[in-house]
Amino acid sequence: MIEVKNVTKSFDGKTILHNVSATFETGKTNLIIGQSGSGKTVLMKSVVGLVKPEEGEILFDGRDLLKMDSSQIKSLREEIGMLFQGSALFDSETVLGNVMFPLMMFTKMSPGEIKDRAQFCLERVNLKGADKKYPSEISGGMQKRVAIARAIALNPKYLFCDEPNSGLDPKTSILIDELLSDITHEYNITTVINTHDMNSVLGIGENIIFIKNGQREWVGDMKEIYKTSNEALNEFVFATDLFQKVKKYVIANERPIP
Amino acid sequence: MLITKSLTAFGSYCLFMRRVFYVPDKWKVFFNRTIFEINKLGVDSIPLVMVISIFIGAVIAIQMQLNISSPLIPSYSVGLATRDIVLLEFSNSILCLILAGKVGSNIASEIGTMRVTEQIDALEIMGINSCNYLVLPKVVGFVLFMPVLVAFCIATSLFGGFAVALFTDIITVSRYVYGLQAMFQEWYVWYGIIKSVFFAFIISSVSSYFGYYVKGGALDVGKASTNAVVNSSILILLLDVVLTKLLLQ
Repeated sequence: MIEVKNVTKSFDGKTILHNVSATFETGKTNLIIGQSGSGKTVLMKSVVGLVKPEEGEILFDGRDLLKMDSSQIKSLREEIGMLFQGSALFDSETVLGNVMFPLMMFTKMSPGEIKDRAQFCLERVNLKGADKKYPSEISGGMQKRVAIARAIALNPKYLFCDEPNSGLDPKTSILIDELLSDITHEYNITTVINTHDMNSVLGIGENIIFIKNGQREWVGDMKEIYKTSNEALNEFVFATDLFQKVKKYVIANERPIP
Repeated sequence: MLITKSLTAFGSYCLFMRRVFYVPDKWKVFFNRTIFEINKLGVDSIPLVMVISIFIGAVIAIQMQLNISSPLIPSYSVGLATRDIVLLEFSNSILCLILAGKVGSNIASEIGTMRVTEQIDALEIMGINSCNYLVLPKVVGFVLFMPVLVAFCIATSLFGGFAVALFTDIITVSRYVYGLQAMFQEWYVWYGIIKSVFFAFIISSVSSYFGYYVKGGALDVGKASTNAVVNSSILILLLDVVLTKLLLQ
């Protein structure tokens, strides 16, 4: 479990996060949602340590990230997997090389074991036969899957995903969502997903944190979101006619759309 | 203002270099990457170095003949002057200014692109010292290989002058070869190599620094690449004066 307590972060005198608190639960897909510029990326970067907040606590199963020394941060990061918005695959490495990379850097496995583990991870994300291709030779959806395979290679306790569906078609987005959800439950990972994709919110949001103007506005899950009276959240999630109809259907039938 | 900015940048560069010079996490990975960088930054530069050197060597020989043709100056001076110009300045300073363009822009754009596509963030998230992992093999590889490039440069430049003697009637081959051997000072070779090692360090480290701290997108990578070349070149010229004063006087 990751607990964020009263985190504040400013850039050039402008406060981006105001006293934000949130809990990301183990074995659940935790979603951070909010409009562009609301501070959700800064929140995620603060949690993973790429940005240092001025105030607050970030507890990884009780261990405060902001009080760790560099060696403790290094060992914590070996427990973290991250999927970046643009996949962030290494251009100079093949698909297999990308997945093998963290294993080569952090394990004492033999080259054969490393290769087996990397291939297992690629199979887990339904990517077979692309081992020798370079990231530039595969589609955006495949790149995301390679990035997920790389992120889970070291069996992380925490998985962070920054807008995993950006730039993907709806069908591939759903596949990525399902994959992230399956992996979270299968390996009992604390997964934190930063998104503004409503399909993800309504499909896999087991713990949703809505951020507005750098403040936590709402917390709930994908069932509660239909009944929320929070105006800002309603405007954000059910902004289109399609999602308005979905909301009416769900409230009227008291069950999600099949 | 300019002084403050320069001092700030220098301080930032020093902190960056402190992160670069860490013990590598995995020596095997470091050696593999160093070999890769030697191949990419060094071996791949050999054709460019040879093409430029052969023509510049020929031009120096022709210009020497035109400018010092006097009954008071022995004809073998063409070979001697060509050799000394190549050894003292062309094979190190001028060559490094050229390589600052090729290698410097390559390093800055590669690392800059890794920065804007979040590949460096990915390394950091994995707990890898990205400065050390990305930059140290480039610095070590280029510094180690630079004397080889200098040797290629010297050999092909002198061959360029030799070709002029061979294919034209400006100077005879025997006079040119005699000039190459006359009053030879071995120290000049070491002087050139020592300078080039310093310059190689400047090119690789300064370019890496500019690439590493790129913020923005493709346009900013281009700007960083240009800044890397410009700043490396200025630093090479400044250091050239200092090293010449220290090593030749």
